[in-house]
Amino acid sequence: MALSRFYIPCHALVKLAPQTRTAVTSVVLERLEQKKKEALLGGGQHRIDAQHKKGKLTARERIEVLLDEGSFVEWDQLVEHDCIDWGMDKTHFAGDGVVTGTGTVNGRQVFLFSQDFTVFGGSLSAAYASKICKIMDHAEMVGAPLLGLNDSGGARIQEGVASLGGYGDIFLRNVLLSGVVPQISLIMGPCAGGAVYSPAITDFTFMVKGTSHMFITGPDVVKQVTNETVTQEELGGSAAHCSTSGCAAGACENDVHLLLQTRRLLDFLPSNNQEKSPVRPCSDPAEREIPALDNIVPNSPISPYDIKHIVEFLVDEGDFFEIMPDYAKNIVVGFARMNGETVGIVGNQPLVAAGCLDINASVKGARFVRFCDSFNIPLIILEDVPGFLPGTQQEHGGIIKHGAKLLYALAEITVHKLTVITRKAYGGAYVVMNSKHIRADVNYAWPSSEIAVMGSKGAVAIICRGDPDLAKREEEYIDTFANPFPTAKKGFVDDVIMPRDTRKRLCADLKWLRNKSQKNPWKKHGNIPL
Amino acid sequence: MSRTGLLAQFKRTLQTASVTKPFEKVLIANRGEIACRVMKTCRSLGIKTVAVHSDVDDRALHVRMADEAVCVGPAPSSQSYLDMQAIVNAAVSTGAQAVHPGYGFLSENCKFAQLLEENGISFIGPKERAIQAMGDKIESKIIARAAGVNCIPGFDGVVEDEAAAVRIANEVGYPVMIKASAGGGGKGMRVAWNDSEVKEGFKLSSEEAAASFGDDRLLIERFIDNPRHIEIQILADSHGNCIYLNERECSIQRRNQKVVEEAPSSFITPEVRKAMGEQACQLAQAVDYQSAGTVEFLVDSQMNFYFLEMNTRLQVEHPITECITGVDIVDEMLRVAAGYPLSYSQSDIGINGWAVECRVYAEDPVRYLPSIGLLTKYTEPSVQHNDSKLGVRCDSGIVEGSSISIHYDPMISKLVTYGPDRTSAIERMERALDEYVIDGITHNTPLLREILGNERFRSGDISTKFLEEEYPKGYSGGALTALQKGELVPSVAVLHHLKTNRTPSDDSVNYVISCDEEKVPVTVTLQNGKYSVTFEDKTVEVSPTGGTHGTLQEFKLDSTSVVPLQHLRFDGVTHTVRYRCCKRDVTVLTPLQQKYMDTMPVKVKEDTSNLLISPMPGSLSSISVEEGDEVLEGTEVAIVVAMKMNNSLKAPKSGKIKKIWAKVGDIVDGDQKILEFY
Repeated sequence: MALSRFYIPCHALVKLAPQTRTAVTSVVLERLEQKKKEALLGGGQHRIDAQHKKGKLTARERIEVLLDEGSFVEWDQLVEHDCIDWGMDKTHFAGDGVVTGTGTVNGRQVFLFSQDFTVFGGSLSAAYASKICKIMDHAEMVGAPLLGLNDSGGARIQEGVASLGGYGDIFLRNVLLSGVVPQISLIMGPCAGGAVYSPAITDFTFMVKGTSHMFITGPDVVKQVTNETVTQEELGGSAAHCSTSGCAAGACENDVHLLLQTRRLLDFLPSNNQEKSPVRPCSDPAEREIPALDNIVPNSPISPYDIKHIVEFLVDEGDFFEIMPDYAKNIVVGFARMNGETVGIVGNQPLVAAGCLDINASVKGARFVRFCDSFNIPLIILEDVPGFLPGTQQEHGGIIKHGAKLLYALAEITVHKLTVITRKAYGGAYVVMNSKHIRADVNYAWPSSEIAVMGSKGAVAIICRGDPDLAKREEEYIDTFANPFPTAKKGFVDDVIMPRDTRKRLCADLKWLRNKSQKNPWKKHGNIPL
Repeated sequence: MSRTGLLAQFKRTLQTASVTKPFEKVLIANRGEIACRVMKTCRSLGIKTVAVHSDVDDRALHVRMADEAVCVGPAPSSQSYLDMQAIVNAAVSTGAQAVHPGYGFLSENCKFAQLLEENGISFIGPKERAIQAMGDKIESKIIARAAGVNCIPGFDGVVEDEAAAVRIANEVGYPVMIKASAGGGGKGMRVAWNDSEVKEGFKLSSEEAAASFGDDRLLIERFIDNPRHIEIQILADSHGNCIYLNERECSIQRRNQKVVEEAPSSFITPEVRKAMGEQACQLAQAVDYQSAGTVEFLVDSQMNFYFLEMNTRLQVEHPITECITGVDIVDEMLRVAAGYPLSYSQSDIGINGWAVECRVYAEDPVRYLPSIGLLTKYTEPSVQHNDSKLGVRCDSGIVEGSSISIHYDPMISKLVTYGPDRTSAIERMERALDEYVIDGITHNTPLLREILGNERFRSGDISTKFLEEEYPKGYSGGALTALQKGELVPSVAVLHHLKTNRTPSDDSVNYVISCDEEKVPVTVTLQNGKYSVTFEDKTVEVSPTGGTHGTLQEFKLDSTSVVPLQHLRFDGVTHTVRYRCCKRDVTVLTPLQQKYMDTMPVKVKEDTSNLLISPMPGSLSSISVEEGDEVLEGTEVAIVVAMKMNNSLKAPKSGKIKKIWAKVGDIVDGDQKILEFY
């Protein structure tokens, strides 16, 4: 990408020409030292104190926690804005309100920007945007993840459209980097107005409880326009985005927790789309049998169980990094490892709304699946789905097109994908949840599985309408379909396995599938039903 | 089992080898650990077993252990494990010749014994009449006195009215105990120290007795202050043989429920033991007792013993007797029920070593509230892999992945250890508890561990008041001692280092370890493949024995002490570990991360003072208020039924009710809000 256009030459050096070489050097050094000192202080000690008082770390402190100690290399520390309107020519800060650079997380290179709320409220100028764009370009060039630490009041109004242009430059790069390197946004203060579209495009957005907010328009404008009274927290706090809007993938108690969890997440991810899923040395045996799984699915088809228990039994060391744990809880998604290799887990959650697929669950699942495919992370689908959620609210909300997103995503991906049917697989949802028909590589069914067009009651009401003994017919239907045999007979599942062997089987499959090569027909891009 | 115990059993096996087995097929009318326990003996004798179960228990361990299983009804025990007809039908349809009732449920129900008899099926337990006679507190006392058994001074009869109560109390001598004739479990029981307390107690106890048992008859007896609970195990057959298998001391109780038991008692002398045993046999013979039974005594500080009651069933704590005598009590019960004579005579019975039993309950150790859920991790202390662990027996009816449900008793298992003497049995128990992995639910092992380490317990100076006296405000959760800190800190430091450095190389790394509000800076050094941890001016060499996975990890410190550490979870920042039975969150950060963590604001928890929260999961059986009602603090406003228990929820404050968040019949979670006040 040849988009980097904003380098600031240091004219200051030229002006010093008449003096002796030594004097020049010492003056320059003095000045450099002075500037760097200033840069480290951001908007000044009193603003740093104010930042701390809010329970927030400064932009630089955050970088210290996020990166391996001593690994940070800063760029553009001496950048200043060039705005002369509204008295801006009188106020300059070295770095201009954002700290950018590169460093390592557990030894692996990342690029990052950290917005400094103590400088002009973290507002974004053209120069500021250029700094961000520069590291984005380098992240792409070397194939390293991009991390954005957001804490900004928004556009620098004094700069007018130049600031908006800066946002545009960032958004464009967010889009172009999407699917090339992982992009993670950490919302650690305000993130308002157009600025929210950068996190919105990145792969994962995390927030800090209580001190971070995201909205297109803040409470004041909301009040003016709609006369609705709402607090900042209610409108765009972490609870709103983690459980209601689904705009955030999770939230942490404080800055330090969030930064450390980000380090943990990065450990699961490859650095770019050319790399394979990372493998971490692991002593949890791939052949580990799990007798507990043999009894985990209740016999009664209407009794719930927690799919997360199954995940924790299956994966290495029970270590599961859940994405969006508080949103659309009827589907569970997240990262784990199998025999050391990172995998994406997608599971229907019988504990919530019987694990049905609704609009939110479909969208949540689809986006996660596409992330995994982008970065060659194999998928394991744990299926116990009674179908799509019926009702006018869902139909009018567009469950047809939203449900299609999950279908499209799972059908389109070429990374290896495995399915384990733990219990129900009904109707269209059976097809959608990574069935053989949409190119799943390996499909297993547990003995407890029931795979059918629909539940017994509904089915019998249709096919045996008018039959005097519906109860008897229902029993026959259950006998026919409430087991894995009809599906196994057709080869739609590759094997019916004992639950205790699931880890062993999946680990073996993941091993041979590591060399899978599958290509979709050439296209500019598909047209996923958005 | 002891050497002599094993010998005795071997001898018995030889004796019985020529005899045909007592039954071909036995149905076990129980669930959980006791059903599994009975099946084990049946299996070893080649007897086929039939399990009964409720529909939620359909894949329980006892069902899988049995040769056949029959579902006898839905989850509530009143509709399944207590449904006599369903169980008799199950026995008939499977062709079982006999039924073992275990304990609880139908074990002391003479109607059940009778119903089985009518269907030509043997009841593995005493005859109906013995059950009946011993089941009634007044009748049993009359019989006991007549049989020459020491009884608590008191009035053997129904107390007619308040005036009679006062008169009898004065005759018996204060303090007195007023209790329901039909009672049990502490209901309708009251201690009175003077006339006015007798009057009040009479009224309250008779009301409570009427409400609980539908029978308001009361009796009055001398109250034995600070007594020990010591019981004698007896075995009797239909040939007139009756022997006693010595005593069990069950003084460590909470709310009249036994928690830690041991055999023998550290208190009584051989003479007293003999006297108690003989009196127990006299009582058994007086009611023509045939089977295993337990005669409970209260023993005062002068070693005077008084008959309390007789339990006409296999007792929960029978394994400790088996450990010290080598007798398989279930085996003897089967033999007796089949009409065979006992395989032991009194002279065969000795005391070999010492046994301790801990009852592991799914309940929080502080408030004793039951906890339900899936056992996400469950590994019993292993008996095989190390010689020093010989002498551990764990009677349980669950496995990893099993659920503890709201419908049944919250006991997870009985952990029994055995050693040549009391100290070694207790030390083995401590070790076994440290290694016992149970997670997913809250359990009482921290309290058990605390009791075992208690100096008064160690000295044997115990009574039924032990827990009340030692922990008047309840168990407060083990604070980390300096010694424990010295073990925990280096172990967690190395574990963390292993987990976060998958390809470790020789290096030195600094961490700050936080646990219990205390922060300990440490340096972990790896040199030539050996770890050492420096903290608080000392350096400890640490050898981890496990890898990065697995719950139970062992760390050898300076090649001397071995620290068992259960690693339950790691969220990238905090390790949740169980160390010496206590669950602890240990955070490991670099000094820099810790420096910033220290500046983070402490978040205040949501104010719940306006809310009534369900303290445990269960089903909401009643709500006695409506929105807008004014209630006084402490008024019962709702009842949550969990584990067969009605748990009364009281108003947390006085005020008006704003909103009711749950409705009757709802299954509520622990921490779920039920009512909100203004």
